[in-house]
Amino acid sequence: MEASKVIHAIYNDDDILMSAVKKVKAEKYHIEEIYTPFPVHGLDKAMGLAPTRIAIASFLYGCVGLTVAITMMNFIMIQDWPQNIGGKPSFSFIENMPAFVPIMFELTVFFAAHLMVITFYLRSKMWPFKNAENPDPRTTDDHFLMEVALSGNEKSLTDLLSETGAVEIKVIEKEAH
Amino acid sequence: MYTISSKIKIFSIALIILGLIGVGIGFMTSHKSFEEVETMLAEEAAHHGGGHGEEATEEVTSLNGHHEAVKTDLDTHEEMASEQKVDEHKAHVEHVQHQISNRPWSALYVGAFFFFMIGLGVLAFYAIQFAAQAGWSPVLFRVMEGITSYVLPGGIIVLLIAIASGTIGHYNIFVWMDPDVVAHDKLIQGKSGWLNLPMFAVRGFIFLAGWSLYRHFARKFTIAQDNATDDSYFKKTFRISAGFLVFFIYTESMMSWDWIMSVDPHWFSTLFGWYVFASMFVSGITVIALITMYLKSRGYLEQVNDSHLHDLAKFMFGISIFWTYLWFSQFMLIWYSNIPEEVTYFVTRIEDYKLPFFGMLVMNFIFPLLVLMNSDYKRIPWFVVMAGLIILAGHYIDVFNMIMPATVGDRWFIGIPEIGAVMLFGGLFLFIVFTALTKAPLVVKRNPFIKESEHFHY
Repeated sequence: MEASKVIHAIYNDDDILMSAVKKVKAEKYHIEEIYTPFPVHGLDKAMGLAPTRIAIASFLYGCVGLTVAITMMNFIMIQDWPQNIGGKPSFSFIENMPAFVPIMFELTVFFAAHLMVITFYLRSKMWPFKNAENPDPRTTDDHFLMEVALSGNEKSLTDLLSETGAVEIKVIEKEAH
Repeated sequence: MYTISSKIKIFSIALIILGLIGVGIGFMTSHKSFEEVETMLAEEAAHHGGGHGEEATEEVTSLNGHHEAVKTDLDTHEEMASEQKVDEHKAHVEHVQHQISNRPWSALYVGAFFFFMIGLGVLAFYAIQFAAQAGWSPVLFRVMEGITSYVLPGGIIVLLIAIASGTIGHYNIFVWMDPDVVAHDKLIQGKSGWLNLPMFAVRGFIFLAGWSLYRHFARKFTIAQDNATDDSYFKKTFRISAGFLVFFIYTESMMSWDWIMSVDPHWFSTLFGWYVFASMFVSGITVIALITMYLKSRGYLEQVNDSHLHDLAKFMFGISIFWTYLWFSQFMLIWYSNIPEEVTYFVTRIEDYKLPFFGMLVMNFIFPLLVLMNSDYKRIPWFVVMAGLIILAGHYIDVFNMIMPATVGDRWFIGIPEIGAVMLFGGLFLFIVFTALTKAPLVVKRNPFIKESEHFHY
């Protein structure tokens, strides 16, 4: 267990936060985390985070959903208990396929959406009864908090942060995980 | 100010001339005498190992209501059988002869409608930008205005071809224009209050007048806004755009019944107007993207960045899926209910037009879905160009599939008349659009959203 120091700088506007992030990055400080009350467009790029892979995951989940729908409809309507609906007892999947398209579409969307949300929660380490990680409850309302790692020169970093328009700057002793 | 390059000028004029030659050849070769068609059919029947001719006759009779009666007569009155057979043979040959003479007319009409539809789709998109007070798109307004300059000439051409087919032609596109057909057809008689030539022409005139008036004033106001001191012209454009959209959604629907759906006067679909709209919307947006990228590659439109391209490509992707949604909604209900007078529309298309019918689905749905799904690819110009060309070809085939089965039946082919018509109207489209682009600065000035548009980023 090693204690490390971080600085919490609080902003009250997303545009000011964005320009502050760019300045802090330009000065080669390491931004550990940013807590915002709503998603800020372009923040991930400004922080230099790796691009999200959730879209790829979502595509794959959609493919799973489509496969489940096809297999399910084929089993239910064609193989297990062939059904005559609207005078179409063709007993062939491909000939009855148009009737299954809505189901195929819905299950594709259902799988993609739900599994994507679950993946997002797991990757963000969020699950029921977990304690909130955000250090300041105001970040759930109207404030933005930037957490910058502090190594050595405390004065110059706090000066830089107040220059970027931070309304509040605090030095925090943080237990390293 | 943009000046039209001589290359584009020569290219478009060459296209027009080549297209005219192609269309001319199409018309010259479409007049076949009775005997010629008879020998042609006999050859075809021999080529396909006989039986095919009989089969085709069978198909024609079963598709046609009053021939059913002829068939039952045939069974009961044995002595009249041979006479009936001669009549049937004659009717079939004349039917095919008529289909062959319909082909150049239909090819011309499909080509004319396709390019007109691009202009109209862009006009709707343009009006939506104003009505929604969109902030991302003002740098593209002049490109859209250039494309919408084709609405009036293109619309007049489509309307004139339609009217000419029923006056100087032999009812080559719309059978309901033929008084002889109407006299024997109870269903068309019931619709003749709407489907008659004078009403058709008047409605067409009203549609074109309304759309062109909006286009004229929107263009006038945005040019006036360039040198204005306040936003009053912008507000005026906003108001007429909102009004136009109301007018448009009614008239576009009626236009699609008149100009497309009535080629099959027995058949109807309640979402046909929407379906045609989706097609024109996605083709129009694709052409905006193509022309924008062309101008940018020539060093114009420096304010357009890859986020604008990304947005256009997103629309291409989204509206392609919207088109599929409407196509499928129309198809599935008709397929499922299987009511003879409705389902015949898809039966003829799946039997005689298998490749264009399913090929269009691949080009208009599966291809854009897979190619344009990735966010990064929507910013790569050559990628969007390739996807756009496929989408445009797919929507040409969509119009082809809407018109041809009703007019030429199984006598279709994409040959000289069709390609000639595409070249003719494609050349005319390029010429008119690029000439219109030279008439005003390529970027609007003093639009209240122009700053937002210039700094637009995703």
